[in-house]
Amino acid sequence: MSIIVNGNNIEWVKNETVEQLIKRMKYTFPLLVVKINEKVILKKDFSITIVPDKSKIAIIHMISGG
Amino acid sequence: MDKEKNKKIKKKLKKSTAGIAGLGGLGSNVAISLARAGIGKLILVDFDKVEKSNLTRQYYFLDQIGKLKVDALKDNIKKINPEIIIETFNIKLKKGSMEKPFKNADVVIEALDKAETKAAFIEEILIKLKDKPIVAASGVAGYGHSERIATKKLGNLCMCYDELAKSSDEDVLMAPRVILMANWQANLALEIILGEDK
Repeated sequence: MSIIVNGNNIEWVKNETVEQLIKRMKYTFPLLVVKINEKVILKKDFSITIVPDKSKIAIIHMISGG
Repeated sequence: MDKEKNKKIKKKLKKSTAGIAGLGGLGSNVAISLARAGIGKLILVDFDKVEKSNLTRQYYFLDQIGKLKVDALKDNIKKINPEIIIETFNIKLKKGSMEKPFKNADVVIEALDKAETKAAFIEEILIKLKDKPIVAASGVAGYGHSERIATKKLGNLCMCYDELAKSSDEDVLMAPRVILMANWQANLALEIILGEDK
C-alpha cells in the first residue's frame, strides 16, 4: 500500500485526491502539472482526481527565473 | 557532413514556426539559436523594453537600451538571417488569452520569468491548444550544477528542469546557466520539429 512521488516511497491513503496529496507532501510552490502513471492531470482536476494505490506520481513545480 | 540529412533538416526547419513567450534570458537566446539552426518563422512575444541590467545574459546590445525587446531581437535575428519571417507581439500575456499569439506555431517555448506566470501559461496552452508541443524551463538561477539539469517529458509538455535550483528572487541570474537552459530548450524544440535524431 504505497505510492511513489517524485521517486520517493510514500504511504498510500485511500480516497486521497491529488490536492490532498500535495498538501500532505507540503508542496507550496506554484504547482504546474501532476503526472500519474504517465497521464497528465491538470490543475483544475486536482480536487476531483483520486490517487490510485501503487501509482507513480511526478509533481512538477515552477520556480521564477527566465 | 551527411549532406542528405542536412538537406532534409533544412527543408523541414524552413517550413516550421516556433512561438516564444518572453524574450528575456531564455527567450532571446532560444530565438537566436533557432534562427541560426534555420527555423523558417518565429513568433516573438514580450511587453518589455531592453534595460542595461539585461545585458548580463540576454541577447541585446548597449545601443539597444530603451528599445522594445520584440523590435531589438527582430533586428538582431535579421543580422544573422534576413530571410526568417518574424511576427512580433508587443503585449503582456494575460490569463484567459495567453494562447492567442501561438495558434499557428508548431512548437511553443515558455520563456517567462515569474513562476506564477510560467505555470498559468503552460496550463492555458495545454488546455486550449491541445496537441501543441510546449517546451518550458524551470530552475535557471545560480551557476554550476549543470549535471542537475534534466529533460522531463509529460505528454505534450517537455521541460528543461532543475528541481533543486533556487528561485531567481533569492539567487543570481548568470549568463552561462541561463543560456545553457535556453539552448537546452532550443535543442528540445528541434527534436520536436524534426523527430528524434537516430
